[in-house]
Amino acid sequence: MRSTDKTTEAARVMTICNACRYCEGHCAVFQAMELRLEFNSDTLDYLANLCHNCGACYHNCQYAPPHEFQLNVPSAMAELRQENYGVYAWPGFMGKLFANNGLWVSLLSVVVITLFFGATAILTGADFFAVHQNAFYGVISHNVLASVFGVVGGFVLVALVGSIVKFWRTMNLPSPLRLDYPRVMQGIKDALSLKYLDGGNGQGCSYPSETPSMARRWFHQMTFWGFMLCFAATSTATILHYGFDLPAPYGYVSLPKLFGILGGIGLIVGPAGLLVLKAKADAAPKGKTNKGMDISFLVLLFLTSLTGLCLMLVRDTQYVGITLSLHLGVVMTLFLSMPYGKFIHGFYRLIALIVFAVEKNDHKQLVGVCQDKKTA
Amino acid sequence: MKTGFDHYDVLVAGGGQAGLIAAIVAAEKGARVCLLEGAPRTHRGGNTRHTRNLRPMHIGPLSVLSGTYDEAEYWDDLMRVTKGKTNEALARMTLRNSTEAVAWLEERGVQFQPPLGGTLHLGRTNAFFMGGGKQLLNALYRHAEKLGVEVHYDAMVSKVEIDAGEFKSLQVGDHTISAKAFVAAAGGFEANIEWLKEAWGDIAENFLIRGTPYNRGDLLRLLLDAGARQIGEPNQCHAVAIDGRAPKFDGGICTRVDCVSLGIVVNKNAERFYDEGEDFWPKRYAIWGRLVADQPDQVAHVIIDQKARGAFMPPVFPPVVADTIGELAEKIGLDPATLEKTVADYNAAVQPGQFDHTELDGVHTNGLAVNKTNWARTLDHPPYSAYSLRPGITFTYLGVEVSEKAQMQMADGTQSPNIFAAGEIMAGNVLGQGYLAGIGMTIGNVFGRIAGSEAADYALNR
Repeated sequence: MRSTDKTTEAARVMTICNACRYCEGHCAVFQAMELRLEFNSDTLDYLANLCHNCGACYHNCQYAPPHEFQLNVPSAMAELRQENYGVYAWPGFMGKLFANNGLWVSLLSVVVITLFFGATAILTGADFFAVHQNAFYGVISHNVLASVFGVVGGFVLVALVGSIVKFWRTMNLPSPLRLDYPRVMQGIKDALSLKYLDGGNGQGCSYPSETPSMARRWFHQMTFWGFMLCFAATSTATILHYGFDLPAPYGYVSLPKLFGILGGIGLIVGPAGLLVLKAKADAAPKGKTNKGMDISFLVLLFLTSLTGLCLMLVRDTQYVGITLSLHLGVVMTLFLSMPYGKFIHGFYRLIALIVFAVEKNDHKQLVGVCQDKKTA
Repeated sequence: MKTGFDHYDVLVAGGGQAGLIAAIVAAEKGARVCLLEGAPRTHRGGNTRHTRNLRPMHIGPLSVLSGTYDEAEYWDDLMRVTKGKTNEALARMTLRNSTEAVAWLEERGVQFQPPLGGTLHLGRTNAFFMGGGKQLLNALYRHAEKLGVEVHYDAMVSKVEIDAGEFKSLQVGDHTISAKAFVAAAGGFEANIEWLKEAWGDIAENFLIRGTPYNRGDLLRLLLDAGARQIGEPNQCHAVAIDGRAPKFDGGICTRVDCVSLGIVVNKNAERFYDEGEDFWPKRYAIWGRLVADQPDQVAHVIIDQKARGAFMPPVFPPVVADTIGELAEKIGLDPATLEKTVADYNAAVQPGQFDHTELDGVHTNGLAVNKTNWARTLDHPPYSAYSLRPGITFTYLGVEVSEKAQMQMADGTQSPNIFAAGEIMAGNVLGQGYLAGIGMTIGNVFGRIAGSEAADYALNR
């Protein structure tokens, strides 16, 4: 078990909350807390990832600063999450990237986008600003694109799985084959519906201010489903390309286009909305966390869809080369930052929600049971 | 402090639930309203910040409440705790008007939570605020501001001008504000240790105050000095035994220690002094404040063994733990030999029986000066844990007498035409002694609505 400033503070906070329990109606964190008397680092990592940082328990807390208990649950959980994202990263040494996430992601984007410009400029030579017959495949061939992104995608997948397995094991979940599937479904439902951004009664979370609001839930849904639709667009295009020998470009009434346009709009409005809310948000519930991680992720998502939609509009013009370079650079940066940035939160949150569904059903704790009890 | 105007239709002193509701009702009736909150914004709301529920009468399910809680049952509950120390007309009116409280609050943005975990057994009688009383406060402050109620913080009333029972004006610092009607909703005096000492003597120095440090009773005293008729006695207060390490003020709910009935309680001489198993803890916790106050240095220690661990709500502070009774005594500053003898005598006196904490199991001791009549299990399973206890004052009962229209009564038998009172400052009219979960907020809610409405009607000549 790890013991750091962050776990110590989170344990202190949870001990006070467990003696109060007024917030049990707000979200799963407090209901999971009530199953416990003690809070070790496994338990706290679980609770931290259950916390959606909605802020309700902070604004409604009778012990919030300047009370001498200085209780700020969302801040303690946010700071602990930043720490444990690093702890569960695979390979382990890459966990350091969570510390100055905004900085390295920004630098990476500059490097990657420049590389794409350079590579494209070299590949196309004098034709960089030409109108290309085969749209963007005229700039960079499909096979080059597929192999570059395939290799990066493969690494990202391995790193994500590695991190998820580490977290999964700490959460004491059984192998995927022995899971309690109705509980898994419950966890997935709670994750997909963003249940715990509803404030407890559907009034919404206390974000960006004390006044309950559904804004964050809506913008997050647009971001998530926008991302999923863009993913679906790429996937259907891949299937059409390899399975049906139907290479791009596709017409407007085709699955890749419909998914891409709809998803692209969601992935512009969603991240933009979240960024605006973030700028307005009360700083206290976020604690001393590195906001650069959230911002860089949202900006990458926003730019991915923006450049993607631009690419669609300019694909038959002389700007296709420059737009393509930019788009691919942004997408590549997003890919590379996935295992070591904000993207990872969705997986840990989903796992935590599944664990909560199991614990709630069994009325007993699953995570954080002492090792000696486990072997006994 | 600078107010927008020098004169208002309705001036409210006190920004807890009762005062806020009075201000909102008056503003909704069209009055120009100013609300003075004595605390800074971060501590606004008096003891409402530490509350969690209210207790509405209801026939059939109501919002988050299940079943029926009718007037007869409610009245019986009130009589049981007050032992008749109530004004029946006011009390019955409070019960009848309590039904509307939930919908009234919900319409103004207050969220209630469905019964869950720790609140399940109260799902019929008590409507719980989602997140607690501060959520209610936040919602009502937002609503009041939307209605144009002028809210001032750090605005403690220092002087009131009352002429033959009629309110003229008041002062906050050197700023004078007048109004046609005045609502006094500034709470009790439990945070005023000097005042407590007048009634309790020097032992009050050792009391901990569970609620806001701003309930110093300044307005209550001003009103009494101006001729208001007093209700209740100054030594009447709701006192529970809380963790001795709790903050002097504002410790709230989490400082309670719920394991008295599972162990033994000794004073600083390491001797037991009261039956720890007399009745279920929720029915007894409110006598233990006074019991501890009667002990030397106003301190006691509850001692349990490993068998009791996890069988009660986790306290906020960790227990002092030791492997032997003697070692535990040393750690908590008691005489080891005496405590060992007290525990040995107690253990020897425990009669066999089937322990069951969910019922009055009759497992008791025999032959002790102070016997334990239920849940008496031997203390023999180390490690042993100790929590220190001190009297924790929740609220005071002394207040001003009011009519059914919340009008303040004067000592000379008249009533004030334009002073209305709501909340803890007048709760003693209904709750003369004892306590019923959620009754304080119910009284504040009902009288807040009446006071606001009557004050607005008076001010607007309706």
